[in-house]
Amino acid sequence: MEKREGVFSGLKILAFAWAVVGPLTMKFFADHGATVIRVETSHRPCTMRSSAPYKDNQPGVNRGGYFTYYNANILSLALNMNHPGAAAVVRRLVTWSDVFFENYTPGVIERWGLDYESLKKLRPDIIMLRQSGYGSWGPYKNLPAFGMVLVPIAGLPNFIGWPSKEPLPVGVSAYTDCISPRFAAAALIAALDHRNKTGEGQLLDLSQFETAISFILPGLLEYESTGKEPERIGNSSPHAAPHGVYRCQGDDRWCTITVSTAEEWRAFCDVIGKPGLVKDPRFSTLEKRRENEAELNKIVGAWTVDFSPEEVMARLQKAGVPSGVVSNAADVLHDPQLRQRNIFWPMQHAEMGDFTHLGESFQLSETPAQPYSPAPLLGEHTEQIMTEMLGMSDEEFVTLMREGVFE
Amino acid sequence: MLNRLRALDLTDDKGFLCGKILADLGVNVIKVEKPGGDPSRAIGPFWGGVPGPDRNLYWFAYNSDKKGITLDIEKPRGRRIFEKLVAAADFVLESYPPGYLDKLGLGYDRFHGIYKKLIWASITPFGAGGPYRHFKDSDIVVMGLSGTLYQTGEADGPPVHISLPQACLHAGADAAVGCMVAYYHRETTGLGQRVDVSMQQSAAWFQANAIPSYELNGSILKRAGAFRTGVSSQVAQRQVWPCRDGYIFFNVIGGRTGAKTLSALIAWMDEERMATDFMLHLDWDNFDMFTVTGDVMDRISGPVGEFFRRYTRKELLAGAVRRGVSIGPLSGMQDLLDDECLNARSYWTQIEHPELGTSITYPKEYIRSSLMDYSTRSPAPLVGEHNEEIYKELGFTNKDLQSLKKEAII
Repeated sequence: MEKREGVFSGLKILAFAWAVVGPLTMKFFADHGATVIRVETSHRPCTMRSSAPYKDNQPGVNRGGYFTYYNANILSLALNMNHPGAAAVVRRLVTWSDVFFENYTPGVIERWGLDYESLKKLRPDIIMLRQSGYGSWGPYKNLPAFGMVLVPIAGLPNFIGWPSKEPLPVGVSAYTDCISPRFAAAALIAALDHRNKTGEGQLLDLSQFETAISFILPGLLEYESTGKEPERIGNSSPHAAPHGVYRCQGDDRWCTITVSTAEEWRAFCDVIGKPGLVKDPRFSTLEKRRENEAELNKIVGAWTVDFSPEEVMARLQKAGVPSGVVSNAADVLHDPQLRQRNIFWPMQHAEMGDFTHLGESFQLSETPAQPYSPAPLLGEHTEQIMTEMLGMSDEEFVTLMREGVFE
Repeated sequence: MLNRLRALDLTDDKGFLCGKILADLGVNVIKVEKPGGDPSRAIGPFWGGVPGPDRNLYWFAYNSDKKGITLDIEKPRGRRIFEKLVAAADFVLESYPPGYLDKLGLGYDRFHGIYKKLIWASITPFGAGGPYRHFKDSDIVVMGLSGTLYQTGEADGPPVHISLPQACLHAGADAAVGCMVAYYHRETTGLGQRVDVSMQQSAAWFQANAIPSYELNGSILKRAGAFRTGVSSQVAQRQVWPCRDGYIFFNVIGGRTGAKTLSALIAWMDEERMATDFMLHLDWDNFDMFTVTGDVMDRISGPVGEFFRRYTRKELLAGAVRRGVSIGPLSGMQDLLDDECLNARSYWTQIEHPELGTSITYPKEYIRSSLMDYSTRSPAPLVGEHNEEIYKELGFTNKDLQSLKKEAII
C-alpha cells in the first residue's frame, strides 16, 4: 500500500459505516491521510452497493456508481460479524484503532458486544463516534432512519413547494446525509486533539435528526416569535423581487435571478432592454415589486426564454445582478468554476474503469485533500489489513479465511 | 482544549455557522462587526416582526455562544487595532469578497507571513479564485449552480428553491471542518494555513446519485415532485403521502434493509386487515428496486397510501417506533418543540434574552460528548456587547474607548 501523506497520516479508524453518512464522515479523514478501514460483509453489503446506477446497467456489489462515488480513499475489510471467529478479529482491530466509528441503527453494535464500555476495555483511550438517525439512546433509537425520512421529520419540506400544493422533498433526496458528517468530523477532530494532549478517549453520539434542525433553525425561531407555522412560498423571497427561477431557451433549461437593491433593479432593466421599467410605478420599489410579483415574473420570463441560462448569467453578472444557471448534473460536472476546485476526482476503478469519485468540499492551502485510491471492491484489502497492519500470520489468515470469517 | 483558542469571526450571513460550530466546541469566538452592526442584522425576519439590529433571527440562530465587538477596519486606527487582534488570534473567519481584505492590507498573505500559526478561513460564494470569483450571489443563485435546485420541484414545473438559505450553512459547516483539520495540522507542525471555502462547492458536494447517474448512463436526474427517481430503471416511487392531518414521507427500499422495514409495515397493515394478499406473499428479501415494474409498485402503493390516510402523523410515528418502520412524518415547528425523542434527549434549552425580556428555545447541543459539555450557553451578542471586555484585554483604557467611539472606529 502506498504511504498516505496528509494531516491524519498514521491515524487509524475502524468504521462500521453505512449508506452515505458513513463514508462522507470518514471522507474528511481518509482524504487527509488517515487509514480508514471499512468493515463490510458480502452477506449483507451496504445498501449503496446494491443501489443503481450500475456500470453498464449490470448490477453487482462492485459496480454501483452511488457507492463508488462516495468511497474514495477508504479500505474495505470483509468480515462476517455473525461468524463466531469474527469476534477475536474485531477485538484485535479495536486494539489497533484510534477511532471506532459506526452509523448503524442502534442495537447492532451492542449485539456484537461493541458498545463504548466494551471498546474501552480493549483500548482505554478509544474515541467512539456514533451517528445514527435519532441518536444511540432515546425513544426513537430503534427506528430505522434514512435521509429521505429525516428530511421531513426535521421539518425541511415546510420550506419547499408552492402555497397551494403539497410539500416537496429535497430533490437530492437524502439531503440530511451531508449535514451531520460535518458536525461529526469537527467534533471528532476536537476529540482527537483532546486525546493527544490528555490521553483520554470519549464517546461522541450524534443524531442526524438533531443536526439537521440546524439547517432550519431560523424558521423555528420565527415560529417561536410569531406562533405561525411556516408557509410554502415557492421561489419568492421577502428580500428580493425579481427572485426566482426562470425558463430559458432549450429543453428544461432554467436560470436564477435575484434583484434586491435599487441599483440592481436599474441594472436589470437596462440589461433586458427596458430601462423605462425603473420608473414604472408597479415596480418602483422592492415592496411594489413584491406586490406585483406575478406580473413582474411574466416580464422577466419573457426575456429569459430567448437566451440560454449561460447567456442570462453572463449578461446579468456583467451588470452586477446576481444570476446563475440552474445546473443539472452535466452542467455541474463541467462547471468551469467547480472544475478548478478539486471537487471531482477522475480515478481508475478496478471493475468500473474510469470513474469520477467525489473529491473535496473545501480547499486547504498547505495540506490539500488527496485522491489516494479509488473506492474499494468489497473486501479488497482484507488480506493486507490482516497480515500487514495487524501482523496476522499467513497461516492463521488462511485458516480463518477457509472457515468463512472473511466473507 | 479548544477553550484556549480564539477566533475572530468577521463573517456575514455567508459564514455564521463556521464560528458557531467552533464556539460549540469551546473556541472563544469573537464576532467583529462594523460600528452599528453587521449589515446582515438588517435582513429579517426579526423577533416579534419588529426590525432592529438586535432582533434578527438568523443572527440569533447562528451566533449564539459568540462574543461581539465592533470595529471599522477601513479606518487606519481600526486597521491597527485589527492587527493587534489578529496577533492574539488562532483563527480568522471572514466572508468578504475576494481581494477586499488584501486591498486594506489586512489579507491572509500578509498575516500568514507574520503569524505562522494563524488559520484563516475565507467563505465566499464561489471561492477565492476562478472565473466566478467576482460573481454576485444569492442563496438561490448558488443553490442553482450547485446542482441541488434543478432536482427539486414538480416534474412539470420549474425547479423549486428551499426558502431558507442553505448554501451558507453547507459552507459554514465545511469551513468549521476545514479549520479543525488545519488546527490538527498546526498542533503537530506549528504551521497554520488558509481554508478556502466556496458556497457553490460545499452545496454541490452532496447530490445523491446525480453525478454517477450522468456519468454511467448519460441520464440527467430530473425533478420528480413527490416522487423519487434514479433508483429504479422503470418506475418513480412516491415519497410524500397524505395522511389524516398532514403528510408522511415513506420510500419503498429494496435489499435486506428494505425487507426489514417493509415487512414490519406490512405486518402492521395486516393487524388492521389492510394488507393485501399480494403484499403478504411478496418475497421482500429478494425484492429488487432496480428492476421492479410499475404494476408491482402500484399494487404496493395503493394499499399503503390508503393505510396512511387513516391515521394522523403522531399515530403513524408511534406505530412506526414500536415496529421499526422507517417513515418520517412532516414535522411542523411546534411538532419539533414537542417531539418526544428530542425532549427525552433534552435537545431544547431556554436561553435568556434580557434585551427582549424573554427567553427563547434553542437546540442545546448538536454534538454530544461523554467528556465535554458542548451545550449552548449564551445568546448571540448585541451590537458591540463585549467591546469593553475585549478591548480592555488588549490594554485599552476607558479614555481610549471613548475616543474610539467618538471617531466611530468601534
